[in-house]
Amino acid sequence: MYPASFEYQKADSVDQAIAALAANPDLKLIAGGHSLLPAMKLRLAQPPALLDIWGVQEMKGITREGDWYVVGAMTTHAEVLRSDLPLFPEVAGWVGDPMVRNRGTIGGSLAHADPSADYPAAALALGVEFVIRGPSGERTVHADDMFVGMFESAVRAGELLTHIRVPATIQASAYEKFRHPASHYAIVGLAVARHASGEVRAAYTGAAERAHRLPALEDAVKRGAPAPTGLVESGDLLGDRFASAEYRAHLVDILAARALARLG
Amino acid sequence: MTDTKTDTKTEKYFGQALKRKEDPRFITGTGRYTDDIVIPGALHAAMVRSPYAHAKISGVNKESVTGLPGVVHVLSGQDVKDAGLGSIPVGWLLPDLKTPAHPAIALAEANHVGDIVAVVIAETRAQAEDAAAALEVDYEALPAVSTASAALEEGAPLVHDDVPGNVAFNFEIGDEAATNEAFKAAPRRVGVKLKNHRLIANPIEPRSSLAQFTPASGEYLLYTTSQNPHIHRLILAAFVMSIPEHKLRVISPDVGGGFGTKIFQYQEEVIVLLATRLLGRPVKWTARRSEAFVSDVQGRDHETEAELALSDDGLILGFRVNTLANLGAYQTLFAPAVPTYLYATLLNGVYKMPAIHARVTGVMTNTVPVDAYRGAGRPEATYLVERIVDIAAHELNMDPAELRRKNFIGPDEFPYQTPVALVYDSGNYEPALDRAMTMMNYPALREEQARMKGQGKILGVGLISFLEACGLAPSALVGQLGAQAGQWESSLVRVHPTGKVELFTGSHSHGQGHETAFPQIAADELQIPIEDIELIHGDTGRMPYGWGTYGSRSAAVGGSALKVALQKITTKMKKIAAHLLEASVDDVEHESGVFRIKGAPEKSRSFSDISLMAHLAHNYPEDLEPGLEATAFYDPKNFVYPFGTHIAVVEIDTETGHVKLRNYGCIDDCGPLINPLIVEGQVHGGITQGMGQALLEDAAYDEDGNLLAGTYMEYAMPRADDVPTFQLGHTVTPSPHNPLGVKGIGEAGTIASTAAVANAVMDALWHECGVSHLDMPYTAEKVWKVIRDARSQPQAADD
Amino acid sequence: MNVTVNVNGKSYTRDVEPRTLLVHFIREELALTGTHVGCDTSQCGACTVHLNGDAVKSCTLLAVQADGMNVTTIEGIGTVADLHPLQTGFWEEHGLQCGFCTPGMIMSSAELLKHTPNPTEDQIRHHLEGNYCRCTGYHNIVRAVQHAASAMQGGATQAADD
Repeated sequence: MYPASFEYQKADSVDQAIAALAANPDLKLIAGGHSLLPAMKLRLAQPPALLDIWGVQEMKGITREGDWYVVGAMTTHAEVLRSDLPLFPEVAGWVGDPMVRNRGTIGGSLAHADPSADYPAAALALGVEFVIRGPSGERTVHADDMFVGMFESAVRAGELLTHIRVPATIQASAYEKFRHPASHYAIVGLAVARHASGEVRAAYTGAAERAHRLPALEDAVKRGAPAPTGLVESGDLLGDRFASAEYRAHLVDILAARALARLG
Repeated sequence: MTDTKTDTKTEKYFGQALKRKEDPRFITGTGRYTDDIVIPGALHAAMVRSPYAHAKISGVNKESVTGLPGVVHVLSGQDVKDAGLGSIPVGWLLPDLKTPAHPAIALAEANHVGDIVAVVIAETRAQAEDAAAALEVDYEALPAVSTASAALEEGAPLVHDDVPGNVAFNFEIGDEAATNEAFKAAPRRVGVKLKNHRLIANPIEPRSSLAQFTPASGEYLLYTTSQNPHIHRLILAAFVMSIPEHKLRVISPDVGGGFGTKIFQYQEEVIVLLATRLLGRPVKWTARRSEAFVSDVQGRDHETEAELALSDDGLILGFRVNTLANLGAYQTLFAPAVPTYLYATLLNGVYKMPAIHARVTGVMTNTVPVDAYRGAGRPEATYLVERIVDIAAHELNMDPAELRRKNFIGPDEFPYQTPVALVYDSGNYEPALDRAMTMMNYPALREEQARMKGQGKILGVGLISFLEACGLAPSALVGQLGAQAGQWESSLVRVHPTGKVELFTGSHSHGQGHETAFPQIAADELQIPIEDIELIHGDTGRMPYGWGTYGSRSAAVGGSALKVALQKITTKMKKIAAHLLEASVDDVEHESGVFRIKGAPEKSRSFSDISLMAHLAHNYPEDLEPGLEATAFYDPKNFVYPFGTHIAVVEIDTETGHVKLRNYGCIDDCGPLINPLIVEGQVHGGITQGMGQALLEDAAYDEDGNLLAGTYMEYAMPRADDVPTFQLGHTVTPSPHNPLGVKGIGEAGTIASTAAVANAVMDALWHECGVSHLDMPYTAEKVWKVIRDARSQPQAADD
Repeated sequence: MNVTVNVNGKSYTRDVEPRTLLVHFIREELALTGTHVGCDTSQCGACTVHLNGDAVKSCTLLAVQADGMNVTTIEGIGTVADLHPLQTGFWEEHGLQCGFCTPGMIMSSAELLKHTPNPTEDQIRHHLEGNYCRCTGYHNIVRAVQHAASAMQGGATQAADD
């Protein structure tokens, strides 16, 4: 219940955070802390030092810039839930519970790249862009390149995910989720979004070591064909005692059909 | 204007849905739970627990943590041995029971994941946890076994060398020859092989203990999360610590739920007592939830094969049962009794079963000990009986309600001697069934089910009729059966000079509302306002003796003890009144809150007139002792037998297999209701725990003895959106043998609802797929696969 | 590290280790023991408090993270003499048994009523997914929240009329 001891410091700005990370490679970022602290309490994680970026004001809030929303990484799930963003508010309603949503942040969750988190599927379906700052400046990573592996995103050591850019021109979107009965994390979460171009992007989370697009589904929509089954190979998926890989593959099909039906 | 209740004097408190007297402290955050209690100078203990299910402990390197910040002391199994502490005893002995030693700290072998192998005591809890994580313990892993059936296999690892074949006991009940005859003659038989899987009680308050030794007086004080502080005192004083009972005070303050798992004598309570004795400072320990998962005694875990013999028209002719009960690594207080006298004796259910024979084998495994969990044996029996009766109904093509009705024991057949020892004293099962079916509109549910067949959502209706034996228990009877305890209850009533009243009980309330319900009984008997009465419980230093709260015994046994004590008070008060009124005692009546002379109601004395005189004793009967206190010890004449019918309705998403409990209704008969609000709350909570087993909860172990559900991330419990609003109703058949007529309600919901929800799921799958049984919990994938397989083989149904 | 937290309207400064969780700060440093710890994986909700007005799990927050902020605990939202409508609702509707989850339930429900003054049964049940109760089966908790919602709306209407 008590985390192992660590040193603690706060950053007030992105620059300060980058400098602190450069000065101490052992620093672990803490935002809302809703992934990190539970692991620390069980001593599954024992970081020697934490850098708290919750108070970095330039990373908070949602603004509209033309055809894009710019969402600060420290924007909470609760703020996302009550926002005008496409799809994300619906997804945020599935994240944790109301108390978790008041502290957990969209940036923290996306950078953490938990394979059963909800947001990654939405990020892929929406084609969001990730604004990442490091010692050598800022770079933008497309959602398709963000989720690298299990708990591994494109954010590198010493870098900070500061904002995400969300297209404001999404015409329709839907998220369908099948929850783990205990943790309520996604056994499968499936997001679809129709973009201004008419293109439909689809992605799933929970079933594999990271979130993935669903090209077979996207192609079918493009052709005007019904949603195919067998969208993913069970051999590529995770399995546990609640949900085998075979079952997760099936759920991807079912949730894809349901999500598409909601797109209209 | 809406409040017309101006005159409360004539209103009986018994039966009123009063809001609870204890609630103000809980809703304002001023309850006082064990972990809330601070004794200045207290040290903190952290347990070092075995990561292996079975391992030889080859060394505890205490030096590995000496010098770490705050570390004061380290205890190992050797220290417990050197201190001369006794093994934690088993409280219910069966013939030829093999009871392995259960030391407070494992000495040579750790026998389950979570078994305590060392203890670090430090200035702060964080320091204790730091050092516990750092302590070096050398283990040599041994082969482990986690299921009862695996533990019985030839060549299975032995959990304890002194329990050959891992068999702790073989228990048999009923008439084997008669049952065999019944089966020979029976035209129909149905069988089932099922698992009643393991559960973890999970009261939201983790266990906690705080001990303080005062060397000058030799007195020990133990605050602990207990359902029965007197039992703890007895065990700790007489069997484990070898300290005089009057030098140990056990206080169980507010307790955040128990559900059985806070009955037992745990290792940690012994450890904090030993530590405070050795160190001369108070010592506290509070479980982390992840510790609770591997140390709180767990429940259920049966593997059963059973067969039911029937006539062609559905009369039950015989029942035979063979159950393997997984006891875990050690036997705790009631462990041997739960799968025997609280399970096998209940296999008759509410039916006329001419012949029953049951065998139960108690098996040791390298898992957390198993003992009583809400219902304790009776949910297992009800699940088995009601499952196999449903299977029989399906196979005989009868409506499950009608098969039950046909076999009910009739209302004129009580007392009813079952073939498995119990004598049911009263019951009337059919009205409960009828009312439940009407309340839930059973025929309409069946029509809806038929309409939904083959669709994306299908419906299942689960109906069960059950009874339980609770109100534990006649002492002489349980003594004959092996209990090492009495099962009576006591109560003390103390009337103060001003007429204010304190009630003391050996029962313990950890959510059941005793502080309201007991005063309701007292206010009626004493005819005074309930505000003038306070119930005190949970402190061996303040109460007469008692046996605590479990087995739905508080109202039936503790309430009856209170009633008897109250009657002693009013009898004495009448004598005092007679003296003051210069009348014969026989002419004094206690009416409308006063003591008065029959026929001359103007000559009266108030309650407080009498109580004052009892204490002043100025103008007082010569042959009467002053003071106004009475203690009663009440030993019940029989168990009480609540019963009822529960109906669950589930909706299954055939594409995902997700099961949703859509409706739930029940008619319970627990005798007269002392406080309907409290009774209904007990039923709601019970239903929810029971449905948890059917749909969500599963304390699964892998074959090496590792718990696969060791946190709330893996162990699924019902949340608010997993259950519907429940529909409740009651019939009232009083118990014929206790002074209140009350039965028990704390466990009924759990005993009934697992079976009801399971039957609902299987009802859906039977109608949809022709599958007669699947084991719980009905997780989505399991259900989906059955439906998929059935729908992908349309020919199979025609064969 | 020194932290200053305003708890129930009173400012407290304490020297704590960075690893001190807010719940331990509240319980052990301030002796406000109405906030409970029921799990170690941030799921049971027994530790729910309000942080700058929002319900949070105080077991999943470092005390140092709350530096300079306002915390309200169960002890701060109402007293026996002046109960919060949710406290009244839980009492009237028998929304508690052992009482251990109750403070968290009340603090969480307050968050719901802040954003959804007149919630449906489904909304209440969904909202409470972060709070485990093992005693009540949630039935009367739902009623308790409805009771409070109704009382608070009635109160608001009356206030508007005055």
